[in-house]
Amino acid sequence: MNDPLTAFFFGIYPYIAICVMVVGSILRYDRDPYSWKADSSQLLRRRGLRWGSNLFHVGVLFILFGHFFGLLTPHALYEHVISAENKQSLAMISGGIAGGLALIGLLILIWRRLADERIKATTRFMDMAILLLLFAQLMLGMLTIPQSARHPDGATMMTLALWAQHIVTFRPGAADYLTGVAPVFKAHIVLGLTIFLIFPFTRLVHMLSVPFKYLLRPGYQVVRRGRRASPLG
Amino acid sequence: MSHFIDRLTYFSRVEGRFSGGHGIVTGESRDWEKAYRGRWAHDKVVRSTHGVNCTGSCSWKIYVKNGLVTWETQQTDYPRTRPDLPNHEPRGCSRGASYSWYLYSAARLKYPLVRARLLKLWRAARAQHPDPVDAWGSIVSDPEKSNEYKKIRGLGGFVRASWDEVNEITAASNIYTTKTFGPDRVIGFSPIPAMSMVSYAAGSRYLSLMGGVCMSFYDWYCDLPPASPQTWGEQTDVPESADWFNSSYIIAWGSNVPQTRAPDAHFFTEVRYKGTKTVSVTPDYAEISKLVDIALHPRQGTDSAMAMAMGHVVFKEFHLGGKSEYFADYCRTYTDMPTVVLLEQKEGVCIPDRTLRAADFEGDLNTTNNAEWKPVVYDETSGGFAVPDGSIGSRWGEAGKWNLDGRDNASGAALRPRLSFIEGRDEVVAVAFPYFGNQPHDSEIFAHTDHAGIQLRNVPVRRVQLKGGRSALVATVYDLMAANYAIDRGLGGGNTAADYDDDVPYTPAWQEKITGVPRARVIRVAREFADNAHRTRGRSMVILGAAINHWYHMDMTYRGIINLLVMCGCVGQSGGGWAHYVGQEKLRPQTGWLPLAFALDWSRPPRQMNSTSFFYSHSSQWRYERLRVDEILSPLADRQKWADHSLIDCNVRSERMGWLPSAPQLHENPLSLAAKAKQAGRDTKEHVVERLKSGDLQFACEDPDHASNFPRNLFVWRSNILGSSGKGHEYMLKHLLGAQNAVMSEDLAGLGQPKPSEVKWHDSAPEGKLDLVVTLDFRMSTTAVYSDIVLPTATWYEKNDLNTSDMHPFIHPLSRAVDPAWESRSDWDIFKGLAKTFSALCVGHLGVETDLVTVPILHDTPGELAQPMGVKDWKKGECEAVPGKTMPNLVEVTRDYPALYKKFTSLGPLLEKLGNGGKGIGWNTDAEVAFLGKLNRTVTEAGVSHGRPRIETDIDAAEVVLSLAPETNGQVAVKAWQALGKITGRDHTHLARPKEDERLRFRDLQAQPRKIISSPTWSGLEDEHVSYNAGYTNVHERIPWRTLTGRQHFYQDHEWMRDFGEGLCVYKPPISTRTITEAVKRRGGDSRQIALNYITPHQKWGIHSTYSDNLLMLTLNRGGPVVWLSETDAGKIGVADNDWIELYNANGAITARAVVSQRVPEGLVMMYHAQEKTINTPGSVITGKRGGIHNSVTRAVMKPTHMIGGYAQLAWGFNYYGTVGSNRDEFVLVRRVEQVDWLDKPYVEGQPLGVEAMK
Repeated sequence: MNDPLTAFFFGIYPYIAICVMVVGSILRYDRDPYSWKADSSQLLRRRGLRWGSNLFHVGVLFILFGHFFGLLTPHALYEHVISAENKQSLAMISGGIAGGLALIGLLILIWRRLADERIKATTRFMDMAILLLLFAQLMLGMLTIPQSARHPDGATMMTLALWAQHIVTFRPGAADYLTGVAPVFKAHIVLGLTIFLIFPFTRLVHMLSVPFKYLLRPGYQVVRRGRRASPLG
Repeated sequence: MSHFIDRLTYFSRVEGRFSGGHGIVTGESRDWEKAYRGRWAHDKVVRSTHGVNCTGSCSWKIYVKNGLVTWETQQTDYPRTRPDLPNHEPRGCSRGASYSWYLYSAARLKYPLVRARLLKLWRAARAQHPDPVDAWGSIVSDPEKSNEYKKIRGLGGFVRASWDEVNEITAASNIYTTKTFGPDRVIGFSPIPAMSMVSYAAGSRYLSLMGGVCMSFYDWYCDLPPASPQTWGEQTDVPESADWFNSSYIIAWGSNVPQTRAPDAHFFTEVRYKGTKTVSVTPDYAEISKLVDIALHPRQGTDSAMAMAMGHVVFKEFHLGGKSEYFADYCRTYTDMPTVVLLEQKEGVCIPDRTLRAADFEGDLNTTNNAEWKPVVYDETSGGFAVPDGSIGSRWGEAGKWNLDGRDNASGAALRPRLSFIEGRDEVVAVAFPYFGNQPHDSEIFAHTDHAGIQLRNVPVRRVQLKGGRSALVATVYDLMAANYAIDRGLGGGNTAADYDDDVPYTPAWQEKITGVPRARVIRVAREFADNAHRTRGRSMVILGAAINHWYHMDMTYRGIINLLVMCGCVGQSGGGWAHYVGQEKLRPQTGWLPLAFALDWSRPPRQMNSTSFFYSHSSQWRYERLRVDEILSPLADRQKWADHSLIDCNVRSERMGWLPSAPQLHENPLSLAAKAKQAGRDTKEHVVERLKSGDLQFACEDPDHASNFPRNLFVWRSNILGSSGKGHEYMLKHLLGAQNAVMSEDLAGLGQPKPSEVKWHDSAPEGKLDLVVTLDFRMSTTAVYSDIVLPTATWYEKNDLNTSDMHPFIHPLSRAVDPAWESRSDWDIFKGLAKTFSALCVGHLGVETDLVTVPILHDTPGELAQPMGVKDWKKGECEAVPGKTMPNLVEVTRDYPALYKKFTSLGPLLEKLGNGGKGIGWNTDAEVAFLGKLNRTVTEAGVSHGRPRIETDIDAAEVVLSLAPETNGQVAVKAWQALGKITGRDHTHLARPKEDERLRFRDLQAQPRKIISSPTWSGLEDEHVSYNAGYTNVHERIPWRTLTGRQHFYQDHEWMRDFGEGLCVYKPPISTRTITEAVKRRGGDSRQIALNYITPHQKWGIHSTYSDNLLMLTLNRGGPVVWLSETDAGKIGVADNDWIELYNANGAITARAVVSQRVPEGLVMMYHAQEKTINTPGSVITGKRGGIHNSVTRAVMKPTHMIGGYAQLAWGFNYYGTVGSNRDEFVLVRRVEQVDWLDKPYVEGQPLGVEAMK
């Protein structure tokens, strides 16, 4: 059995964070739809956005999807295609490059937010907090690379994947997998979960509203018939 | 139910398809649409308008939501016009639509503000002096203390104070000033009552009850066209914009209709669909040019040359050529063309003198009344000289004869005045005409010709026997005009033109060199204009405006154009005439408003002053005058007579002879004069006349730099005098305010110029004459920044008021859609509160006092028949000093100071005692006063106002105006027409009878715009059949113009007019202001600089200074001060578009961004009028001071002919006649600014106030 802290942070905290993220996002979408936005400051100043925003988004999206595939794909599904060692190397190299891009982008965005008077004047606490949290998380993620390099066998990666898969499939004892994992991985996970936790209270919600449907919609003219009788007709 | 769940429609997204699959039908939730519906939802809509002197006077819907004004849109419920005439709406422009931004913006004034240094001094003084009046005295009598706050005016440092405290300071200052120096040292400037009549009246009523001075504005703005009173005896009267639609030939002459008359411009475009031809005359490629068939571009400031050439064509072809019977009949009946003029013989040549009068004949040609004021014509029917009815002599003291029926004044026989003496002439003589176009200008852009200064031309004359056996040569105005236009009539002699190509002034060929306009175009437009008028009986129109009126010799341009209109019979005809649009000067219910505004219900006369002379004198601009009188004198004038006169001397003489008003008036406190007379046991009037004659007492104007004669308190409300209209801005800062300034000019002593002969010279000029400047505004304007106390007033959506314009016949309300925000109050409430504090604090200092008011000889009163035959100065012993005749009238007025508040808030008894009226017509108004007693209720408290109708609120005040005015009360209209009928001997009541029972109340106006009722105050009709057109009743009701002859004047026979060569219209080039000296050039160092003519037209993104600080409007332009210049000139000094540039001359300096545009011709630089100094204005490198405002490089220069008074239509009236603040003859040096200094360092004690002067 683990110590209570490990049990909490890796057995219970993930559920709290994910619940808050899901329920919180739905509530915010319902209660305060006008706040559901990216809050871009592009209207105030375009300078720095082309490089900063694009680098950051390209990098961070790659990492995000990388984490999803890497952690949640069952080993059995890919073991015939790629070995765990090679998968870890792939993750380290591609994640390292993407992380580097995201880090550069993020630094530009932080600098822009601090140095530009107009943007500074309209910055709220959460805008700055989320940038700094993402920065810390990216740094932690980058620090896991040298740690992983010391164990090129992919074992830690497998352990972490098992933990994640246990969490999302509600299997007990998920936290046990993390007992011997290096502290930098633990810190990275806890901070990651924390970002999930505060997700509904930040501008991050905009990632749920990517307008994919424009790519797929069938008609260019839409007639909304309004099934329910609305007081405004 | 839930936005989230509503979106979960993945199984039933598409319900149908159409258009081959390109369209789909869905059943998704539409609740999100509430968002934009809610965006435009509101709680109420209130009707209001904008009181901004734009002439729009547009009706607006003001939307209120949650107690806040959210936005505004155009109202569309104007009463319809009539078939075949477009309706008035839509009215309103982008500027008005942006107004609601102000209400809750950072620019809004929210609390009463006081200059912190003054407030500290005040609180310290109040701790020492229990009496506030003594406390004020202790501050201003100590130069060290008062300088402490005066010198930092304009540099910020305001703190909030309570209403009680600011009222106490202001009232104490007013009381101290009244008691110590006199009430005429308390000055109030507020312009254009028509834009918010009640607000204007609030301040002017307070001042008038005190004996303070209300300042004119129309003349100071240089919007007043002196040519209008000269020609018609009328301040300004113009057609409404709907009448453009009745015209078939329109010249827009210096009026940029789509830009400056945006809500009216649709009539201009619509009438073109009927086939009306349009022409524009502008020096630049102005916006109007795109709406016309022919665009003429004369060199700026030379328009009168073109007008004279057009007059040459019209007179030659249509009058001498006899092409139009209509023109001849019109001119015979409605103009002074047949009037006979005496010719003075001097050194072998004849010079046109004054008009021949009945009094010149033995037996006065059988007239009995005012024979000296009855000009004479030659009657074809009887074959002799005769006096026609309708001249000014028959206006006064002779009921029933003042009309244009064309009868003999003595016998009543029908007359047919002869236009020309060419048939039946006794002789042909050479008559001398002055020519000014040969004067070289300092700048070569204004070309001159080499023709002689005296042009002798042959004129047919008759010899006539006069009183005392004297014989004289006389000519008609018609014949003199033909000679003045230099048309060859086959009479021999030289200096006339047989052909348009002759190089003789004023042919089309001659004007080419001066204006640059090809002669063929001038001939064509003149011919078409006249031909159209001939065929349509006068439907040719000229729309003109400030652009050509702001030149020093504006009356020559205006008279040149007016001559065309009058010669072609266009004035007083639908679709024709003189459409001069400058400001919103048309106060339609004027005669109802006057008693309220100037407290005529309690005491008469009020103190009024012409602002140009006031500011010229008191901001010491005369000390820097570079224009000499002999430069502008006619070559025919007696130079000796004018030898020791400077411009200020002319003004002093004018005031002394009772022509122009004075303020401050006399060297002593006017409250002390009655007491002094009493002490001497004498009648006040006689005593004062005696003391003036002996020199024991002087006029204040004779020593304006003496501390006793300073204006001490200044109220500014509804105005931004320093940010908008302050010609000589830097001089005002220096001398009136004692603030930091950029005057770089030496004074007369430094320039080595002769000193004035009538004004005492002090070697060092006073600085900071004003002890207290109080500004009421809703926004932090440039004037507010320079004030000591700033009072937050209600915006145009927060008060009740009235608004009218000359552009349409409606009267609009301003309405209180929401309560005044923060601590602001309406102007009415502010002055009412001040009146209350004044009444309470004055006890012990002022009680019931006798004030002596000096009143100039006023137009439209019997007094205008004052000085018929020549100019005589009593001070020089040329005549007796007779008040009201040869000098200002002296009138004692009793002022009950402790009762000031009671009088302010009630309608006084003089209306029943003396009646009401205006423009020389009076009527009994008892019924209306009784009605107001019922409507507003009467005062129940004891005191002077007991039983009088109340005027507590702004709506009460509006009801007073509406009830008393003929324009808004049909019964009064009928009475007014009846009163006029007694004078003319004709029945005019049919004009008002159909509307006799109509009475407009304030709430009626809020329901829908209302058309006003026809009244004799105005010369046009509000009628179902015609659009309003000036002069219409003169022509169609045969009511004389209020001039010497009773007709429209081509000829100005006053001695000063002739001395300055303006008897008949001539071309005069722009004056040389000499503000670019070698010293000024040196200040520019070795940078590339260029001298350009500087003009200030009206802008697209603001109305005067309002909206120029409005974020929405700033976003449409460049967000700060800009100056337009041509590509050529910009290239010469290496300026690219949007560069910072500097403009400077001896008067001051401006820093702004350059707009480099092909629109602007070479030699010209334009700075749009009134861009606030508070917005993005950096420092000037040259002066080291804030980079100025458009008036920083100007200075007012007065013209002596505008000082004439005591002579029929050339008698003074408030905003009617007087000196005008012209400013377009100015030149500036322009250079690129390398490094912009924003002067954003804090104030350091001991900073120099001014810039060192250099010769």
